[in-house]
Amino acid sequence: MKKFNKVVSTVMASALAMAMLAGCGDGAAQSAGSGSGSFKIGAIGPLTGAAAAYGNAVVNGAQIAVDEINAAGGINGYQIEYKGEDDELNAEKSVNAYNSLKDWGMQVLVGSTTSACSIAVSENTKADNMFQLTPSGSAEDCVKYDNVFRVCFSDPNQGIASAQYISDHNLATKVGIIYDNSDVYSSGIYQKFVEESAGKNYEVVSAEAYTQDNNTDFSVQLQKAKDAGADLVFLPIYYSDAALILTQANTMGYAPTFFGVDGMDGILTVENFDTSLAEGLMLLTPFAADATDDLTVNFVKKYKEKYGETPNQFAADAYDAVFIIKAAMEKANVTPDMSVSDICDAVKGAMVQIEASGLTSAKMTWAASGEPNKEPKAVVIKGGVYVSAE
Amino acid sequence: MSFLTYLINGLSLGSIYAIIALGYTMVYGIAKMLNFAHGDFIMVGCYIIFSVSAAMSGNSVVGIIVAIILCTLLGVTTEFVAYRPLRGAASPLAVLITAIGVSYLLENIALLIYGADIKSFSSVISWEGLSFADGQLKIQGVTIITILVSVVILIALQLFINKTKQGQAMLAASEDKGAATLMGINVNRTIALTFAIGSALAAIAGALLCSAYPSLSPYTGAMPGIKAFVAAVLGGIGSIPGAMIGGLVLGIVEILSKTYISSQLSDAIVFGILVVVLLVKPTGILGKVIQEKV
Repeated sequence: MKKFNKVVSTVMASALAMAMLAGCGDGAAQSAGSGSGSFKIGAIGPLTGAAAAYGNAVVNGAQIAVDEINAAGGINGYQIEYKGEDDELNAEKSVNAYNSLKDWGMQVLVGSTTSACSIAVSENTKADNMFQLTPSGSAEDCVKYDNVFRVCFSDPNQGIASAQYISDHNLATKVGIIYDNSDVYSSGIYQKFVEESAGKNYEVVSAEAYTQDNNTDFSVQLQKAKDAGADLVFLPIYYSDAALILTQANTMGYAPTFFGVDGMDGILTVENFDTSLAEGLMLLTPFAADATDDLTVNFVKKYKEKYGETPNQFAADAYDAVFIIKAAMEKANVTPDMSVSDICDAVKGAMVQIEASGLTSAKMTWAASGEPNKEPKAVVIKGGVYVSAE
Repeated sequence: MSFLTYLINGLSLGSIYAIIALGYTMVYGIAKMLNFAHGDFIMVGCYIIFSVSAAMSGNSVVGIIVAIILCTLLGVTTEFVAYRPLRGAASPLAVLITAIGVSYLLENIALLIYGADIKSFSSVISWEGLSFADGQLKIQGVTIITILVSVVILIALQLFINKTKQGQAMLAASEDKGAATLMGINVNRTIALTFAIGSALAAIAGALLCSAYPSLSPYTGAMPGIKAFVAAVLGGIGSIPGAMIGGLVLGIVEILSKTYISSQLSDAIVFGILVVVLLVKPTGILGKVIQEKV
């Protein structure tokens, strides 16, 4: 894969060189014409497939932010053009989506939505030196390059925050874990959770793995947690597998507290899923749609009007991402006629200076590593909707 | 007590593998071809049950009947359109590759119609199941019914093959197609019948699989299909009791190795056992060695 990436980056670099040559002509034509311009922001996420709930939320959430910014006069006086592309939760398709957005003229990327796709795309944004802000790519490697920042917690932070949250709120005495060993997201959170759990007021009594080739039968993993007496089962996995786990736990007659992380967000949208099974499920998420602050109320209202759904955390992350980009662009005072690479250098310098408040947290700041600094929050499912756990 | 629970879970999983493996093994025994699309027939069956049940406001009995009929038609049509014209082809690889093609075709049609989002499948069995020893040992209804159905199917198939004219025709065709034709057996029709039965079994297996593990996607049939193929080979491909034994062994080994060895290694162990069995007994547990007479 490393070798492949190298080939890809070489190809991308030469493509960029050609694009720059082509760009000269464009620029001349443009300055001869209107003289004004607009920023082109692209977003990538799985709009179809197993994680469609995330991708659609990201693309829609960012759209609302773009509409608001445009209505209020744009960034530095320039309007934003915006476009979302589908990657079907597939790293190669995510790179294709990135390429087609680049052909469209994208200058800043909001994406990709999921970790593996975000990492794949970051190889290309690095080669192109394009500023990338992933709303929800939480694997450590997502921000390994200096041009990539993120809005959400990283996986280790989610594992650590979950352990702290469970301990601080006395949610359990014995904890079982079921995680996906074939997924970097899931196993990353799992490792940090276990490390952080040492010396806490609960005990990890079972930790069982499964793989994507083996994700239909969870009876063994659940039975082991049950036999070990776990009163809370930590599920650092995506909602599609979790829906199956909840159903199988129910038929087994096992009812611990289930505790998930951001991958659990979307479980209420699984078609034909009995949402009463998710009653009492807790998940670590920076966003609760029932919060009563003006910003959230306003956002939820707009999102419902436009898309007929209650926005989830991914929508909020993406909404914040666009405003964060706006703040950084204004700080750096960039204009649309600057090259992609110049915009990137200016914006990434500004990222470590800004302090942004949004839906997902107040007073978010960033380190040059790309990691955000913000407060963890949790929600619980009650009556088929998310409510703040506090 | 928990050992018993695991064992019963293994039996249930094994019974599903067994029903799928029966389809593989019958088609192989008679047509001498591996129908790699068999796992996808299961998926088609599940989607039909899902759609019909939704349209009939949750009446799954009608769904199962419609699924069995449509899967049977699908199997016969596939055989007629995709496999029969290739039966005389110079290389047996042609029909094998076609089967893989049919598999991808069905998966992609399902992707087109239903999308890749997983759907939660409502169990076709509403029975809660039995509870022993003050609820310590709980056997789910779907588990019991799966095991019973597989036993009934096994007995019915054995009777069909040994006691009926059509069954005897199948046996004859499986041993020597040329001689069977000379004896007045319509081999093409016999093979079509085999596909019909195999596909109907796929629909039943689908109903049970998705009731036990209620998530449905276009790839639902792929992995169970491969495991069932392993079960058929393990038991001795072409042998009906062999498919049953292979399926049960595979299911139990998978669950027990997940429990007592490692939940990550269970697939490796399952496929490892296949390798060992094939090294020791290349024809599988109940496979017959057919000697070429010169």
